[in-house]
Amino acid sequence: MTKVLVVTSGKGGVGKTTSTAALGAALAQTGQNVVVVDFDVGLRNLDLVLGAERRVVYDLINVVQGEAKLAQALIRDKRIETLSLLPASQTRDKDALTEEGVDRVISELREKFDWIICDSPAGIERGPTLAMRHADVAVVVTNPEVSSVRDSDRIIGVLDSKTLKAEKGEHVEKHLLLTRYDVTRAERGEMLKVEDVLEILSIPLIGIIPESDEVLRASNLGTPVTISNPTSAPARAYADAARRLRGETVEITIPSDKKGLFNKLFGRRAA
Amino acid sequence: MSFFKLFSRRTSAPVARERLQILLAHERVSTGQSDLVAVLREEILAVIAKHIHVDSDKVKVTMDRGDAVSTLEVDIEIPSNVAPATAAKANVANTSAKVGASAKAASAAPLTRSASA
Repeated sequence: MTKVLVVTSGKGGVGKTTSTAALGAALAQTGQNVVVVDFDVGLRNLDLVLGAERRVVYDLINVVQGEAKLAQALIRDKRIETLSLLPASQTRDKDALTEEGVDRVISELREKFDWIICDSPAGIERGPTLAMRHADVAVVVTNPEVSSVRDSDRIIGVLDSKTLKAEKGEHVEKHLLLTRYDVTRAERGEMLKVEDVLEILSIPLIGIIPESDEVLRASNLGTPVTISNPTSAPARAYADAARRLRGETVEITIPSDKKGLFNKLFGRRAA
Repeated sequence: MSFFKLFSRRTSAPVARERLQILLAHERVSTGQSDLVAVLREEILAVIAKHIHVDSDKVKVTMDRGDAVSTLEVDIEIPSNVAPATAAKANVANTSAKVGASAKAASAAPLTRSASA
């Protein structure tokens, strides 16, 4: 059974695209057939984060409008053969995306893949609601920061009312992915703690991605962090989250990059 | 005082937490409620309008959310010289009719958000 997953947040810049790429790659690395779909028409970036920006010929809008076949628009990843990308259009108007068109593309993708991961644009309007329309599962990406938590709360409300599942009286399975988390700052009381965010949003936790230089490095290289440095803390956190999405029980930890005694004592200041 | 400030300044997270809790408690009620209450108000008005002429401004639907029990209050003010829209039926007296109905919060599905497994 194909699962449709939407990566959403309400707020921009919290790590939706990065998380889509990393979770997609991590799931594909376990042998699942995965397609990541960029719904951010006009501001596409998933192609860039995946290092496939020069291989885009046709896009989601072309397929929706019948100008290209799905197979022509899908880009297979060169590193993981079970990972594919359906890019968004960079030039077309976002109104070109229609409900019927999205319905058709999703049902075609269902025949080919185990996971359809939809990378939502920011906001709560048309683009994001189209991205979440078919979702069985939602990953709500949240930073431990007031505006991000507030917007996540709002998007949770939208997930409960504007998805096909909600319309049928069913529930979209919602999970919290806490990104850019800094244990040290949280312990010092400078940052909202995991428990604070969980208590406020009341949805189950799928993973905690620690703040790490590796995330920027991965996007610089156009390689999901789970491929560019699989042993790094964020890569392990994403891999664990992917296993939880598959239904495995994996204890929630906050992975950290190993530090020597010197770094442990002086690392924060020295860095 | 300044010594205390030096320490208290660092822990801003509890402030963030408290601000969010207050804000979201408020926002959840207003955004979640607006839809349902608006729908209820319209439908209740439609049913009453079948039998009595009622000024749409005189129908008030409010909802109070509590932890265990939420109440839905429907307040309809009927004019004293009540003119039945369809001849018979309305044996409603003058002044105002007040109906108070309470339902468990859980039944108002779109409003509640409980931690799901």
